[in-house]
Amino acid sequence: MPATVSPATLLAVEQLEFRYGNTPALRDLSFQLQSGQFHALLGPNGAGKSTLFALISRLFALQQGRIVLDGIDLERAPAKVLGRIGMVFQQSTLDLDLSVAENLNYHATLQGIGWRERKVRINDELTRVGLEQRTKERVRTLNGGHRRRVEIARALLHRPRLLLLDEATVGLDSHARTDLNRHVRGLCRDQGLGVLWATHLIEEIQPDDPVTLIHRGRLLANSTSAEICARVGAERLVDAFETLTAPRAEVNG
Amino acid sequence: MNMSAYLQAFVGILFRELLRFVHQRTRFFSALVRPLVWLAVFAAGFRAALGISIIQPYDTYITYEVYIAPGLCAMVLLFNAMQSSLSMVYDREMGSMRVLLMSPLPRSYLLLCKLIASALVALPQVYAFLAIAWFFGVEPPPSGYLLAAPVLLLTGLMLGGLGLFISSFIRQLENFAGVMNFVIFPMFFLSSALYPLWKMQEAGEWLYTLCRLNPFTHAVELIRFTLYGQWHGEAIGIVTGCTLLFVSAAIVAFNPQRGFMRARNS
Repeated sequence: MPATVSPATLLAVEQLEFRYGNTPALRDLSFQLQSGQFHALLGPNGAGKSTLFALISRLFALQQGRIVLDGIDLERAPAKVLGRIGMVFQQSTLDLDLSVAENLNYHATLQGIGWRERKVRINDELTRVGLEQRTKERVRTLNGGHRRRVEIARALLHRPRLLLLDEATVGLDSHARTDLNRHVRGLCRDQGLGVLWATHLIEEIQPDDPVTLIHRGRLLANSTSAEICARVGAERLVDAFETLTAPRAEVNG
Repeated sequence: MNMSAYLQAFVGILFRELLRFVHQRTRFFSALVRPLVWLAVFAAGFRAALGISIIQPYDTYITYEVYIAPGLCAMVLLFNAMQSSLSMVYDREMGSMRVLLMSPLPRSYLLLCKLIASALVALPQVYAFLAIAWFFGVEPPPSGYLLAAPVLLLTGLMLGGLGLFISSFIRQLENFAGVMNFVIFPMFFLSSALYPLWKMQEAGEWLYTLCRLNPFTHAVELIRFTLYGQWHGEAIGIVTGCTLLFVSAAIVAFNPQRGFMRARNS
């Protein structure tokens, strides 16, 4: 039976199953994310995080289960759902030969944003990420942290309700990582944006963050970081994570 | 999504292709060098060995350079289409195609826009080649240049569709070059690009049959006839039919999941 979806729920993932040929990647995965929430999707490499993101963003077709965003079923109205999602991929999808503004402009046209509105939004979003002076620079000339900021600005151009970040801090130095994490948390707080932050870096998660912990495609825990620690009897999330992902360990959230 | 959104997306995709084209000047020059080498070196050598009798659409004896120019225009389109397909395969797995595919617009429409944009970007390359070919005595009537534009676009679209369809089944990017050797060269050599079909028939009936079955032959003939202001009903029918078939097949076969799943299973 599908889980009950509360009115405040922004994203509901219900009994998701996915296989690469004969290899299962996601097994009976269910969780919910609320508006304005910074929700961490934690799992080691190969846990199924990128597969989940590919399913939510409809790059992959659903095999079993249901994804509902803002009360809209992804399978029934994919265009409506995609219009409500902003995505930052694990590998950069910026065109290095184009300028910052040209990259954003391209995305805006794909979202059907008219040219007058486009100019305003590009300026607004680049100002928000502190890159308004670098609109004409080629992306190739930016450092990793700034490129990620451009990708976040791009993902927010069409005013999505949900922002998906797939290991967005990979390859960044610790200062840039902290900076990016803080910026995204600010978006949740100030704009009511729901954020699903996939990571395998435990230090990016705060004690009161809701955490969905997956391992080998299975849900191991689904509550706040502090609750997971309490349930496992660990002092730190890193210890709880190691306990839960150890062979044969499994805790229902 | 309203009609304006569809138009915005098409303009955006086309503009991006143009920008990339402008930024990658070496791509433009390398696309020109290949047919020019054929025109300046290969044609010069063959001119003495190969006589061309009066054949349609020409109304007099022509030099070999004049004969192979339409085939070389098609060659520019062929290489551009295959290169574009290569980048779409690459992007499908790790790059900007993901941004394209996350648009709320239908995926089939977005892919069609991408194919049309790639074909349009190839047109300046063809016209630049024709401009240089003028100095080699390739002088079609001015109206021919204008009439050829939609035909060149149609041919570019047909070849782009074929390239994308083939690339959808490629296991790894490295294999793409190999596959192209089995596609580009047979397509080009088994056509009327370098020799008239009657020459092929003299060489062997099987060779002639293969050339007739090759859609590239009909694309070359369509460009040749249009460039000299003449109508070729059979060629336009075959090229249009093949364009619809290849583009539809490419859209159906395009699956961003495929490359990812292969990578996981390998």
